[in-house]
Amino acid sequence: MYVYGHKLPALSSLILWALLWEVVGRLGLTFFIPPFSEVLVTLVGLIPTPAFLNALFVTAYAFLAGVFFAIAIGIPVGILMGKNRILDELLLPWVNIFLSAPLTALVPVLMVLFGFGTRTVIITTALFAIWIIILNARAGVRQINRSLVEMARSFGASPMDAFVKVYFWAALPEILGGVRIGVIRAVKGVIIGQLLISIVGFGALFELYSSKFLMAEFWAVLTVLFGLAFALSEFLAYLERKVSYYAAAR
Amino acid sequence: MLKLLSALIVFGAWEIGGRIPVSYAFPTFIDSMAALARMTFDGSIFVAYAETLQPLVVGVLISAVVGIGLGLWIGLSKGFEWLFSPIFVVMQAAPLAALIPILVMVYGIGLTSKVFVVCIMAMPVIVLNTASAVRNTPASLKEMATSFLARDRDVLLKIILPAASPVIFSGLRLGVSAGFIGAILSELKITPTGVGDIITYSRSIADYPSMYAAIFSIILLAVIFLNLLEKLENVLFEGNNRGYAAD
Amino acid sequence: MQPIKSDTRRAVTETDSAVSVRNVSKVYGDVQALKDLSLEFPRGELTSLLGPSGCGKTTLLKIIAGLLEPTSGQIEVNGAKVTGPGPDRSFVFQDFALLPWASVIRNVAFGLELRGVAKSEREAIAEKYIREVGLAGFEKKFPHQLSGGMRQRVGLARALSVNAQVLLLDEPFSAVDEQTRRKFQEDLLELVKTEKKTFIFVTHSIEEAVYVSDQIAILLPRPSRVSEIIRPSSFRDKSVDNIRRDPEYLDIVDRIWASLRSYVE
Repeated sequence: MYVYGHKLPALSSLILWALLWEVVGRLGLTFFIPPFSEVLVTLVGLIPTPAFLNALFVTAYAFLAGVFFAIAIGIPVGILMGKNRILDELLLPWVNIFLSAPLTALVPVLMVLFGFGTRTVIITTALFAIWIIILNARAGVRQINRSLVEMARSFGASPMDAFVKVYFWAALPEILGGVRIGVIRAVKGVIIGQLLISIVGFGALFELYSSKFLMAEFWAVLTVLFGLAFALSEFLAYLERKVSYYAAAR
Repeated sequence: MLKLLSALIVFGAWEIGGRIPVSYAFPTFIDSMAALARMTFDGSIFVAYAETLQPLVVGVLISAVVGIGLGLWIGLSKGFEWLFSPIFVVMQAAPLAALIPILVMVYGIGLTSKVFVVCIMAMPVIVLNTASAVRNTPASLKEMATSFLARDRDVLLKIILPAASPVIFSGLRLGVSAGFIGAILSELKITPTGVGDIITYSRSIADYPSMYAAIFSIILLAVIFLNLLEKLENVLFEGNNRGYAAD
Repeated sequence: MQPIKSDTRRAVTETDSAVSVRNVSKVYGDVQALKDLSLEFPRGELTSLLGPSGCGKTTLLKIIAGLLEPTSGQIEVNGAKVTGPGPDRSFVFQDFALLPWASVIRNVAFGLELRGVAKSEREAIAEKYIREVGLAGFEKKFPHQLSGGMRQRVGLARALSVNAQVLLLDEPFSAVDEQTRRKFQEDLLELVKTEKKTFIFVTHSIEEAVYVSDQIAILLPRPSRVSEIIRPSSFRDKSVDNIRRDPEYLDIVDRIWASLRSYVE
């Protein structure tokens, strides 16, 4: 968008939306939307409180653990599926099913099996993230240029060398793409898990604020959460762009 | 063949896991399927789905109409892109489920809230797919139409819309997938109705086979429906998906 | 052997020009794509724009088509100033630009469809040109079911079906294989003879330009300009099988290569 020949920064319209929020809040149209400035003030006051820091810590812990398991299991499984036809045929239907399945429905099962705690949230997070990571790693390995594989073999690379020096790097753009989508799904998974369990992390905070009608607090936490999620996804997109230069050139 | 074997292995593992049992709350595969059969025969599952699918269908329809409209607008107008696209980009990345408590406060625990949940889940991907499909219309096709004296309306109706429809359709499919998540989430979080009611109620009375059966059925339904949509997509846009200019 | 006429501007002004390019410049930001370029295109003949990549030949073609606007200067087609795309010109695209969701016949008739010609009428015209380019029987097929060469025949039929006086061809054969390309070149010669239209043909292949052209304009880059206009004279009337053996053909190919060699990276 250009105004008088100057390019407006990509997300600058959010300022406009924040102003609109402020106006709606000031007009007092609805009790549920306090002015944006009030939310910001509440936010600044809220961040150092132990309740908030605790929720943030618990959430970050569950999120990181879930993502860790999803990546550590997902990438090798995906690469193996890309290389081994039998394994691929055995697993692919299930990966596809869980990729499109509404995993929310599984949370009650996880709750009865693993309790109403962080463990269940971690598993929910990992379940949200892992399938797309597997699928992309598999696709990355499968699309490796045949002549690249033949090049490695003709220069006498051992299978290990070929794997570490050629396959992994050749599939890296797809693998990272999968990790990025997986991480975004994990953010949703961790929040859905906490909401359904509603006694840990932000889930508990939301429960508390909404039962006491603390609207400014509610929006403040929501703003932090959305901001963090967005920043994370932009950061991962940036990383992906850094390796995509050779994805196009292959 | 291997698919069958693969299903056999997984369901077999489920059965064995239930026989050991790995947990008091882990029924066998056969028990769960028996519960599913019982619910099917006494019709209770159909009553439940009639209730569950209501917010899903209404929400997805609203999201489709509003989402495609907004997406077209964003894709065609630079000004609208600047204004609206950040909202949907943030929504796409953000855990929108966190909005549920506020929706419940504003709209209560009825159908409206559930429809809203489905909408906020389904809408962003529909809007973003539509907008990017419109923006990515091959420039050479638009140029071709212009060189053959197409008016703006012709370019929109005869070039941009048909060229964008495969991506718009797959956006709709992803929207339906997200809508399923929203519908189930709202039944588990807001008020237990329909399938969510079966899940919650049978858990509370420790009737685990029924609970697993209900979960199994909703996942099955979603997967089958989404696969059908994907098949339909492949049939509808057969020639369109294969890049004809690149090969 | 006749001497090669290197500057035929005088000769051209005596004949009738279908398209005149007058002092056209095109600037993209701070890149000068075309600089003060003037060129005449004789009616009923095929003129090639030949040059190394980046010499602005496609830019010039799109300016003539009215798809791009020149920064300065003007184009005249049959004496009328070009302000945008018009019914007097039609374009054949390098990447074919076929509608992947439309059958061959709808693709061929698309130009007429946009002009509001009734369905039965435009399909009759389209069928005629589909036959003419040798695709009879493929009317109901879709682009992805055709080979690259056949797709470009569809593009050619589409350009012919609107019955424009000037055909603009942007490297039309660059995306098809060598043998198909040769067949195309022979068919193109036939087409120029029968259709009595003015063809403007962009190519980067020297042999192709010399083989099919009545007049070759050599464009050189940085800044882009017409460096030379060549009119082959002796082999144009020979049969398609004898052209590539003609001494003048070989001389011209060599000469063009000698002048372009230094511009190739």
